[in-house]
Order: sequence, then structure tokens, then C-alpha cells
Amino acid sequence: MSSILIVDDSASIRQAVKIALNGHGHNVTEAANGSEGATKAGAARYDLIITDLNMPVMDGLSMIRKVRTNTAYTGVPIVFLTTESDPGMKSEAKAAGATGWITKPFDADQLCRIVTKVLAK
Amino acid sequence: MTTNDPAQVFRVEAQELLDQIEQALLDLEKSPDDADLIAQVFRAMHTLKGSGAMFGFDALASFAHACETAFDRVRKGQVKATPELIASVLAAEDHLRALAAGDDVPADEGATLLARIETAMTGGAPVPVAEPEPEKNWRVRFTLTRDALINGTRPLALLDELRGLGPCDVTPVWNELPTLDGLQPADCHLGWDIRLKTRHPRTAIEEVFIFVGDDAALSIDPIEPASAAGLVVTDAAPPAAANDRPAAGHSIGYTVRVPAERLDELMNRVGELVIAQSRLKQVVAFSTDANLHSVAEEIERLASELRDSMMNVRMVPISQLFGRFRRLIHDLARDTGKTIDFRTTGETTELDKNVIERLADPLIHLIRNSADHGLETVEERRAAGKPDAGRITLSARQAGTEVIISVSDDGRGVDLNRVRAKAERSGLLAPGATATDNEILQLLFAPGFSTAETVTNLSGRGVGMDVVKRTIDSLRGTIDLANRPGTGAEVALRLPLTLAIIDGLLVRVGQARYVIPLASVEECVELTTDQDQRSQGRSFLTLREQLVPFIRLRELFATGTQPDRYQKIVVVSTGSERVGLVVDQILGDHQTVIKPLSRFHAGIGTFSGATILGDGGVALILDVPHLVAAGQQQEDRLRAAG
Repeated sequence: MSSILIVDDSASIRQAVKIALNGHGHNVTEAANGSEGATKAGAARYDLIITDLNMPVMDGLSMIRKVRTNTAYTGVPIVFLTTESDPGMKSEAKAAGATGWITKPFDADQLCRIVTKVLAK
Repeated sequence: MTTNDPAQVFRVEAQELLDQIEQALLDLEKSPDDADLIAQVFRAMHTLKGSGAMFGFDALASFAHACETAFDRVRKGQVKATPELIASVLAAEDHLRALAAGDDVPADEGATLLARIETAMTGGAPVPVAEPEPEKNWRVRFTLTRDALINGTRPLALLDELRGLGPCDVTPVWNELPTLDGLQPADCHLGWDIRLKTRHPRTAIEEVFIFVGDDAALSIDPIEPASAAGLVVTDAAPPAAANDRPAAGHSIGYTVRVPAERLDELMNRVGELVIAQSRLKQVVAFSTDANLHSVAEEIERLASELRDSMMNVRMVPISQLFGRFRRLIHDLARDTGKTIDFRTTGETTELDKNVIERLADPLIHLIRNSADHGLETVEERRAAGKPDAGRITLSARQAGTEVIISVSDDGRGVDLNRVRAKAERSGLLAPGATATDNEILQLLFAPGFSTAETVTNLSGRGVGMDVVKRTIDSLRGTIDLANRPGTGAEVALRLPLTLAIIDGLLVRVGQARYVIPLASVEECVELTTDQDQRSQGRSFLTLREQLVPFIRLRELFATGTQPDRYQKIVVVSTGSERVGLVVDQILGDHQTVIKPLSRFHAGIGTFSGATILGDGGVALILDVPHLVAAGQQQEDRLRAAG
């Protein structure tokens, strides 16, 4: 039972993540872009943040950099959930402080396993 | 209630994304170098691809992927956003819409559209591309730990990513595979041996495995000895363009989607509540119980707040509607061969959603008229000393409780002689009859009228303006037509903010009660017996040195009663014109829930609807524009007579 923030501009993806993780007893909060994600992450502490990369207003990389400046998020896993396969993105994401990378399309079981794994660390 | 099925959410989302793409593409036509817009199209395609693949819209996802790839080249500056490229992506957008809606599409349509995009890109002037890295061959070997699959690692995704770098030859390594009785299905016993041919540097290959971390044993070796120590290359990919522009109407985060019928249902209930509340108010008036009074007042306040919030919920910005027309203009410009400079103002003006929905067709017709009949050809414009591009302006603004939406152009204006000739030919006007300019303009709204010399595929089929008028009438709106021969025309639609509940002034004429929409009431003055007698036959009132015609409702409704001793005149206006309505008594303001009249009474112009009063009685709602027109006619008649 953990609190998880899903940041994605696609409402259907947020819905799918929410359904999958709610099924495992997690509490899921939604944010529609990086800026909203950073604000919500600042207002409450989440055990895990799952974020898209390519979003309007503020992209996932900028958001993760912003969230990582907050000491409350030291050691909190942040996982990218993205279709992005542009070379260079993964290392940039890692450098910014990402813990994991999930490629869309994902299936619910796999998502839950990854979530369980990163939460256990 | 929200929809829970992500696939359903995706369908709605896809339409929104496609709207965004369309808007951005149309903006891009004007400023083809705007990096923000290019990034917006790219990102929306990207989201379509990602979410589409997620929910089983595979055809959509792969098509969006192809479009995204194309736009990636624009984003990287390798290809210019030429008009042809924009047009071909717009065509692709229609295809995507069909795929998202689940409509049947011709099997080869996708391929044709992609080929068109490809041609548009190669036909445009390509920006010289940096010399690509030479291709190299690599041997990539990786094995996963036994629990990697349980931990969520997806070898197939990794292999797909490697394939994205270049052609791969994949061989599984299965010598660790146990015998069948020792096999745990969830464990991973496989390894992979891959030969990869790619232009990307080693770092790109390493990156594929960057998040696999401890779960994999990895080795990457060049197969041919590298000719130079050129392996450490700075990343060629530019960072994703940051986009600070908040996408309009895209703050989904705190939004709940509600089916429109539920809103209508709720509005109905609020209407009933308002009626019940006014009954309560009347009952309480006879009570001396202070507690009852205070509760009744509280409920009155709450009901009125609820009404206002409900109205707000139903209000949507008109940008939703305006957005659709940009595509129309694009197509019109193409079909007429005219250059059209389309401008919109006041997109943030809000209007009842029911009104907005019904405005689409009339506005389409008006815009088509402007493009087809109003704007001249480029040659004609040059001869008239006008700029080549004809301007069509669509504007919206709020004025009191009305919203005024106008379509104007800087074309040739309405040729009154042609209108007249045409009207005479079609029997709408007796040959040689005297008619004011305004009366001739009004003929444009007569059924079956069309001035188009030749019938084009756009407009001029003889239906239209009368339909526009009927629609606007049914919305309780009015149409003003301003004609400036040689320099353009403007059609302004004045519409009430909402159709459901209005503030009204309740009056009594004879025995019956009527409601006058408060928004059109300017003032109330007394009609003294003295004045009344003096003005017999000439129903004019001098109001601050201006003559205002007035109508005796008692006579109009033939009540057969004696007038009250102190009659009142309610001065009402529609914009520029005023008229006084003589009533017996003013009863006060009344929250009026509008109930439409039945179809049998649809032809009655004097009333626009009815309402139920607190005591259960019925009051008819006066149609002010109609009465003002009647008053003005009376004035014209009297002026003409003497």
C-alpha cells in the first residue's frame, strides 16, 4: 500500500495505470504534465513517481530535475513510462535521476512487478 | 460520472489530440518555422502512438508513428514545413480520425497518405544533413538474471530498441535452459547474441540497457576493428524542444467528463427547484414564523446560487466552435482559389453549450457565403486597390446578457440591385415596388433566395440564409446585416447567453400576467391619465427629449378590461431600438424558467415561451425583439401618415 504519482498528458494512460495499481492496493494520484506533477510532488510526499517523458508545459526530464532538488525525494524511485526511443534519452534520464524505464505499450502485470521491485529497494 | 474504460477515454483523447494537431498545423501554415508548433504536432502524434498502441488501436498507432517520424525530420530542421507537407499531414489527420473512431477505412488509404507525405518531404528543399556516422558492426551479448522477468524486465522491449538502432541478427543463447521437470516458467534462463549494424555510437547501445542494471550481464564488442578512435561521439540528437506554451483547453488534470444529457437533466431539476422555491416564497409570505422566513430566505439564496453555478457549468468557450472553422477556411481557400486571411477575436467568450452546438451550421453557412460571394477574386481585388488576401473576421463578444457573434469580410459587399433583380425574378418583391435598402437586405433571408449566378459546390444552392435565420430565431437571437458596398459586409448574430432560465420582470395586463426578460428592460415610467389621453392616436412618449413609440398591451391582447388608473410603461430595447410597453401593474422581478411553447403555437411571434409562477399559474414570456419591431413599424406608419 503505497502512494504513487502518475504524470502523463494522456488521460487514457493515467487511467490504465491507475486501474492496474489500484488493483494492487496502491493509492494513485494523477497529474497531466510535468509542471502539475512537480507541484503535486511538492505538496505531498509520494513513495513512487511514474512519469511520461514528452509532455506539454513541462517535460518529464525537467520535472524529475525539479523534484530531485527536493531533499524529501532523496531515494524515492522515479520511473519513466514512455514510448520515447530517441537515442540519448535514457542516459539523460538516468543522469537526471531516473530509477527505471518502462516502455509503452506496457501490460498491467509487468507494470505492477516493476512497481513492486522499485518500491522494495 | 467519469468513464472508466481507458479505451473509451482514449477515443475522446484521440479526438482532442487530433484537434490540437489540426490547429497547430493550420497555425504552422502562417509561421512554418515556429518550433513550438512543430513540437506540438510532434508531441501529439507521439502521444497518439503511445496511447493507441496501449489500448489496441494498432493501425492508428503505426500510422501515427509514421507521421511522427515524418514530423521528427521537420523538428530536427531537416525538412521544411511546406504548405504541401501541411496539407498532406492534414489529410493524414482525417485518416487518423477515422481510425480512432473505429470507422472502416479503405485498406490502401494509409499507404497512399504516407506516400504523399513522403513526396511532400522530398519535394521540399531539404536542409543539408550532417554527414552520417559510418555504419559499424557490433556484437552485443546479454544474459538476464533468473528473476529478471519477475522484476519486470522485458527482453523483447530491449530487442526492439536494438532493432531501432539498425538491422539486427538475433540468436538466442539457451544452453542454460534446464530440463523440462526443472523448469520454472517465471524464471529467465535465456541469453541473447546479437549482431547489430548501426551508425549510432557505442553509448547508444549501452543506453538500451541502462535501466536493466544488475539484472543483466552485458558485453558490447565491435566486430571489425574500428578504423579510428571515433567511438566517443557527442550525442547527435538535440534535446526535446521545451514547450512553454500552455496548450489551450488542455488542462485535463482536474476535469471530469460528463455526458451532455446529464447536464440537461440537472438543468431541468434546477429549473423545477427554482419554481418550487418561488412557491415556497409565496406561502411563507403569509406566515409570521421567523424561523420559517429565515429558512425560506436561505433556500432562496441557495437556489439562486445553484442556478448560477449550473449556468456556469453549461458555459463553454466559443473557441471550441471557432477552431472548427479554420479547417473550413483552409478548404474554402483551396476550392475557390482565393487567398483568405482568416482572423478570429474573442474566442474566450463563453456561451451555453446548447447554443454553441446549434451555431455551427449557421456560421459555416455565413463563412461560406463570405468566401464564395463576398470576397472577390485576386484580380478583382487588385483592380479595386485592395490587398490580394481577402479578410474574413469571425468575432465574438459579450454585451450584457447577450453574445454577439459576427462574420465580416472586406469583399465587395451586397449588391442591392442584384438582390432586388433576383427578388423580383423569384416573385419575392413586386417589380418596381418601393423598398428601403434594409428591406432589400432582409430579402436575403427569405426562403429560396440565392444570388449566386452559378451554383458552386460551396454555396448558392438556394438554401441557407433562411435556414440561418430560422436557427437564430429558435435560439431567441436576432440577425443584423451591415452592408458596405465595395468594402464588405458584416452579419452579426445576437444571442442570449442561455436558453434555460432568465431573470424576468413580472407584469400584469388585465387579468393575466406576463414576463418581460429583464435584460432588455431599460426603465419603467408611469403613464399618467393625462399623458394617456393626450397621446391617443399618437402613441409616443417623450423620454428625455427622445420620442419613444409605445404599444398598449391591453389593446394588443384585447383584454376587454378597463385600464388601471396608474398604468406603467416598461421601456424595452434591442440594442439600438426602443419601445415602451404599457402594462397595468408591475409585480416585480421573477426568476423565469423558460418552458417552450408547443409546436402548435410555434408561429406566434409575440411570445417566446411560458413559465410557471409560484402560485402554479402560467405566465407567457414576451418576445421583446418582435414587439420592438412591431413598435417601430407603428412609428414608421405614423411618421408616414403625418
